[in-house]
Amino acid sequence: MLRLAPILTLAILLGPIGAGLLWTLLPAFGYLPVLGTRDFSLDPWRELAAFAGFRSALWLTITVGFGATVISLVLAIALCATSVGTRAFETLRAAIPPLLATPHVAIAIGFAFLVAPSGLMVRAFSPWATGWERPPSIATVNDALGLSLIAGLVLKETVYLILMIIAASTQVAMRPMLQAASALGYGPARGFVAVIMPQIYRQIRLPIYAVLAFSLANVEVALILGPGNPPPLAVVAARWFAGYDLGMYYPASAAATLQFFIVVAGIGLWRLMEIPVGMAHRLWVARGKRRGVAEPFWGGAALLGWSSGVLALAALVAVAAWSFAHRWRYPDFLPESWSLRVWEQHAGSVTALAGVTALIAFAATLVAVVLALACLENEQRRGLSVGQGALWALYLPLLVPQIGFLFGAQMLLVQFSLDATLFAVIWAHLLFVMPYVFLSLADPFRALDPRYARSAAALGASAVRIFFTVKLPMLARPLAIACAIGFSVSIALYLPTLFAGAGRIATLTTEAVTLASGGDRRVIGVYAFIQALLPLGVYAIALALPALIYRNRKGLA
Amino acid sequence: MMDGVALTKQINPAREEASPAGLVLRGITIAIGEAPLLSRLDLDIPPGDVVTVMGPSGSGKSTLLAYVAGFLDKAFTARGEVLLDGAPITALPAQQRRLGILFQDDLLFPHLSVGANLAFGLDAAVTGRRARRARVEEALDQAGLGGFYDRDPATLSGGQRARAALMRTLLASPRALLLDEPFSKLDRPLRKDIREFVFSHARALGLPTLLVTHDHEDADAAGGSVLTLKA
Repeated sequence: MLRLAPILTLAILLGPIGAGLLWTLLPAFGYLPVLGTRDFSLDPWRELAAFAGFRSALWLTITVGFGATVISLVLAIALCATSVGTRAFETLRAAIPPLLATPHVAIAIGFAFLVAPSGLMVRAFSPWATGWERPPSIATVNDALGLSLIAGLVLKETVYLILMIIAASTQVAMRPMLQAASALGYGPARGFVAVIMPQIYRQIRLPIYAVLAFSLANVEVALILGPGNPPPLAVVAARWFAGYDLGMYYPASAAATLQFFIVVAGIGLWRLMEIPVGMAHRLWVARGKRRGVAEPFWGGAALLGWSSGVLALAALVAVAAWSFAHRWRYPDFLPESWSLRVWEQHAGSVTALAGVTALIAFAATLVAVVLALACLENEQRRGLSVGQGALWALYLPLLVPQIGFLFGAQMLLVQFSLDATLFAVIWAHLLFVMPYVFLSLADPFRALDPRYARSAAALGASAVRIFFTVKLPMLARPLAIACAIGFSVSIALYLPTLFAGAGRIATLTTEAVTLASGGDRRVIGVYAFIQALLPLGVYAIALALPALIYRNRKGLA
Repeated sequence: MMDGVALTKQINPAREEASPAGLVLRGITIAIGEAPLLSRLDLDIPPGDVVTVMGPSGSGKSTLLAYVAGFLDKAFTARGEVLLDGAPITALPAQQRRLGILFQDDLLFPHLSVGANLAFGLDAAVTGRRARRARVEEALDQAGLGGFYDRDPATLSGGQRARAALMRTLLASPRALLLDEPFSKLDRPLRKDIREFVFSHARALGLPTLLVTHDHEDADAAGGSVLTLKA
């Protein structure tokens, strides 16, 4: 049984993606037997190209994708480079879990509450400083260039990249090398970028590609913060897929397929750009300059990074404030009166949605944890070493754009009459939960001192008993964290719920996104707040539970 | 005294006439890739004797121990027979070999109490909650750890942890003892005590003991024959 775990896991992950890509590709060329078309043609592509906003949508997709990724990476490096070895680093580490757990939809909604023309930032300075008696007519959200969309993506992605940099830097002797660099006269940020970054870049490469793929193809953040006409390509495809005109499935498939190739080409381009950037880096290091723009540049970027963190927290506060606001008119910075009215009105619906959301998240996480543990235990028992290929396979669901395969996967579900079932939604979520759960469990599992298991075996314990009574209890803490991560990943998912649920299964996230396109801010606030609170609550439990169970066991502290 | 005594004596005396009682290694050859580490090593450890294998790090002494215990990493290729009281055990998985092992660290399970750690080791042949608890309490008393059943292992001193680890190992009724530099992390004065504690128990139970170390004092205290490996 255990031997089959890796194969089974790969089949569960890669099967739907491969089949889904194919079944999106075929309709892009006119082949969709469900609708009775079996002749291959290029009409869907002509239709896509004839779409009035096609070129702008394409350009927007690329600028937002690369813009958000480059900015997030620079901010993440800057925050790490300027804070390693200082107290600020502890603040940074402490800020990561709550921000990482918060769904990007909730942050995007809160961010819109902050920067909208009638948002809190304008209110803070109006009318006394700006003279704006009414909200200014500037598009600060949903702007045509996608700047607010880039900002919204950066808020979330910077946090993820910081986590990846910190995790990778534990693999190198960071402190002594930075001390050596500073003894040679290099400032802290210059030292970090010159010495540490080249050593860890290989380890953070896949996470960066995942961020690039997400930025290029994200739909839900673009729906909240991106321009509407034309939106980025992925949103174009999602709209056409969701429309009532089934004929639009063809150009939508073409757009989705194009989106897939944009991501593939984008990652390829990034990989190619690593070569000249690496060469420039080596030349820069070889010049041996100790002074120059490096420190002020990274210092400035770090400042921007800290502000983005503050902004993300402020976004959550804004969401909460709106949900409890009663009268809150422009330009008041604080609500005139507070009320629980909206909460009371939506209590039933919120509870039901939270229940479904939690059920899906719980089921997907449970399956992911069981599969991940089975794979890791199998690997350990058989003394396998896992190569680069397995890592790529694991990252695949995070690299392939969701819009590129979800329609095809839905077509398959329809064939087996599984669409719009909880089973289908849970499976769809599993694809995205699995990589995060596995990656967060793998290091602690592999790092567990093998001599504990050997001692237990020498005492006569069977492999099964060792697994359940030695390894699992000792891994209680990382196991709980992995569950919380899986849970929060699932809660944040939008498109997978939409497609696998055929639009008939709603979660807090799908509801929040739907409402965000022009509802009452109070109502949006309620759904976004609960959506953010649920994963945070699970995180808190994950941190508290092992600590409580092992309160009398210092060795596990 | 300990159950181990009775058990060691039960063991069938030499089914193969040629090999004597105790732990016997015959023609152990270990290589990593193409590079040979040990070649045709023979070793006889009679019951109650402590045989020391010495050598610098990289000489293969810990690898030898891992092979005898059944934990050899897949990166190594190994040949040779390990016999316990005349019966070959090389084909058995680690959990069926009944070899007690002590490592450099005590490796008490941090999530279990001291008593639960010992109970984890205690032979399943001892049945009944009360009987098992009593057996563990007895062992704790013997190790000067009376009343420590419910203690968190992390709150014990280094010497107490070392003694608890030995008791956990002995409660499993091992037929031989493998020691992988178990004294090297202890403070010097403590080291002498623990050494004496371990060796006296091994002798009293008549356990053939294989000690791997790079400390000459260990070898002297063991009093048995010494095999030195070269790097």
